[in-house]
Amino acid sequence: MRNSWTEYQKEIADDNYFYVRSCIRQNFFPGSEAAFLNIMRNDLNRDVKEEAIHTSCTGIGYHSDIVPLDTIMTVVARQFALMTEAGYENFISSCITSFGIYNEAMEMWSEFPETEERAREHLYKATGREFKKPKSIAHTSDIIFHHREEIARKAQHKLINVETGRPLRVVEHIGCHYAKIFPKTGFGGSEFPYVLAGMIESWGGDVIDYPERRHCCGFGFRNYLVQANRGYSVANSQKKFESMAPYKPDFIVANCPGCAMFLDKWQYTIAEMEGTVYGQDGQGIPVLTYEEMAGLVLGYDPWQLGMQMHQVNVEPLLDKMGIRYDPTAKYLGKNGKYIGQPADALVNNSSHIQL
Amino acid sequence: MSHKVIVVGGGIAGMQTALSLAERGIQPLLLEKSERIGGKLTGWHQLFPSFTPASEVLGDLSARLKDSGAEVRTNSEVRKIDKQGVELTDGTSLEADAVVVCSGFDLFNARLKEEYGYGIYPNVYTSADLEAMFNENRVLTAEGKKPQRIALLHCVGSRDEKVGQRHCSRVCCITGVKQAIELKKLYPTADIYNFYMDIRMFGPGYEEMYRQAQQEYGIHFVRGRISEASETIDHRVQIKAEDTLVGRPLKMTVDMLILLIGMKPGESNRRFAENSAIKLAPSNFVQPHDSFLHNVCSEAPNIFYAGTVTAPKNVGESLNEAITAADRVAQYLSARQ
Amino acid sequence: MIQWGFNINQPRAINLDKNDRLVADRILEQMPELEACIACGSCTATCTAGNLTSFNFRKVHTLVRRGEYKGAYEEMNKCMLCGKCRLVCPRGINTRGVVLLIKQELGDY
Repeated sequence: MRNSWTEYQKEIADDNYFYVRSCIRQNFFPGSEAAFLNIMRNDLNRDVKEEAIHTSCTGIGYHSDIVPLDTIMTVVARQFALMTEAGYENFISSCITSFGIYNEAMEMWSEFPETEERAREHLYKATGREFKKPKSIAHTSDIIFHHREEIARKAQHKLINVETGRPLRVVEHIGCHYAKIFPKTGFGGSEFPYVLAGMIESWGGDVIDYPERRHCCGFGFRNYLVQANRGYSVANSQKKFESMAPYKPDFIVANCPGCAMFLDKWQYTIAEMEGTVYGQDGQGIPVLTYEEMAGLVLGYDPWQLGMQMHQVNVEPLLDKMGIRYDPTAKYLGKNGKYIGQPADALVNNSSHIQL
Repeated sequence: MSHKVIVVGGGIAGMQTALSLAERGIQPLLLEKSERIGGKLTGWHQLFPSFTPASEVLGDLSARLKDSGAEVRTNSEVRKIDKQGVELTDGTSLEADAVVVCSGFDLFNARLKEEYGYGIYPNVYTSADLEAMFNENRVLTAEGKKPQRIALLHCVGSRDEKVGQRHCSRVCCITGVKQAIELKKLYPTADIYNFYMDIRMFGPGYEEMYRQAQQEYGIHFVRGRISEASETIDHRVQIKAEDTLVGRPLKMTVDMLILLIGMKPGESNRRFAENSAIKLAPSNFVQPHDSFLHNVCSEAPNIFYAGTVTAPKNVGESLNEAITAADRVAQYLSARQ
Repeated sequence: MIQWGFNINQPRAINLDKNDRLVADRILEQMPELEACIACGSCTATCTAGNLTSFNFRKVHTLVRRGEYKGAYEEMNKCMLCGKCRLVCPRGINTRGVVLLIKQELGDY
């Protein structure tokens, strides 16, 4: 089936990564980035360097016409400078928007060398820093993909329904900026991306190829930022849900901060606005990040992974995978204190309270 | 032994060239790389605009070629063309007074248009696949069902710089109309949609056939390129396009999607162009000396062209060029004596 | 009630899986030459009504042929039945007849 992905391959460094974070993931999927670092450092014994003084890539501002090109290039140059100063050359980004930005800057610098000169000059004048261009730029899902067989060997749980013994049916969603801007930057290219599919297959699940698989989640930066425009942001996610629902997916996995958030949260919105839920047994479809998926496979505790922060409850999936968890610990924070509990919602098939 | 004229390629242009040379008393040697002559036409069912069976044209041409006594060598691929003759891929050198290059075109590889899922989704076919299905008299979906809704997409691998094919392949438009009619004849209640960018009906009877398709056969024409094909849960094909004439997106599910694949410059063109007398056009088809008085001539006095090696052409045009090329060869040889 | 401040947009696509082509097929059965339209736009270019209103005969009959009937009857009411479009049509389509046919099939002609 998926023979075309082999034509798009890229070199992924095996070790010694310089890691930059996403702006929004720590709010919506707060355990994912920590899980990535834990998996890389503790499970796979790899060296990942992180600098506390790195900043946002300003991509959301850039794509919303707030941050100009010269500014974002200087920001990118500064991130690279931090990498250079730390003695690393394999740059990895946790965010798909940022991944697109870093690739865009590199492409632009190679097409128009004068823009690179300008970025170097701006950076030097503003901070006194200098940088070397990275030897490789990868998204962190590429890194997990690269190590997927090693993770499979250490697996505590498979993507298999323990009751039926059948593979779980998984929808994978790739953020647009992973490969639609530069198809060569993504495993499998833009039409049949393999980065998440490869993980799913290696860990025992079945990938669902549904008609709207390649469609955008509707994030769209300025579209969701402006309240009046959210109608067509949510409509794009809805189009995907309607298209995937007949396949009865057990969960969705995404590699983009915005996609994971919207595919999760818009299910709540659609349920409340129209009364429709797309999962089984009147529940929404759980949405996972690939780090959460890898974490579950490696036997991490779901609440340590931050899965209590999901809009759509993940318990039905945990039950299918045979993962033991403490229901009473779901809403306890890291310090053991109760962090509060969200109101009931239709998307979780709970009694609905009209607000 | 020295052959007078070597004809490179045993498709219809090469066959007709060899035949016309033999008819003029010039001894040709026809070299074909595959195991049989006939070229692309061997896989074709019927020819536009008259629905003449391809086997009829090919059969007649083969019989006359055989009768002419022209020597044919199959499994002989030409690597190089030079002043003295040609060199085969097995290292054999063959001398000749003149060479006619009739190496034709390659079919565009539809897998390169990844968004249509050819080779991935079983109900996505090419126009060449459909001809084979017509020949086998078995036009059914991958599940063995009679298709009730079929879409044909024009310009796959034509007019598309994303796949390095900027040129128009010319014959796909009329092929799309022809195949739509054939499908409708086979399945009169089926809904058939042609997605086109422009309809280029350049040959005699083509425009009339287009109108017939619209009016008599009720085939629907939607102006817009399909942007994406994907598989539905029941293995049908969902397609998206813009209906550009009303300015709205359009989507539908079909039982079969037929990709009308274009003509790609022959893979051997680059190799032949190592000879500086053989020039390539920006499209990578071979560039004749000019488009008017020397359209079968190279930059060398004894190398000639016929057929789709120089540009996309239909059957009749290729055959005519073959006769012209044979005529030019004869002129060249007699002027030398 | 939650105040969302937005509604979920409805799809704009012409969905040929959902559209009922029954009326379109009936129209084409009575006037098969309408399918031979090559969208040259000369009908619309010369249209008395179309030069003063949003009436676009070519677009409306194309939509009707796709099974998009909403508003088509009202649009056809804008036609002044002058007949110039029929005069200019290079495909010989009885365009004036199409106006009447669409009205007949879609409304209370």
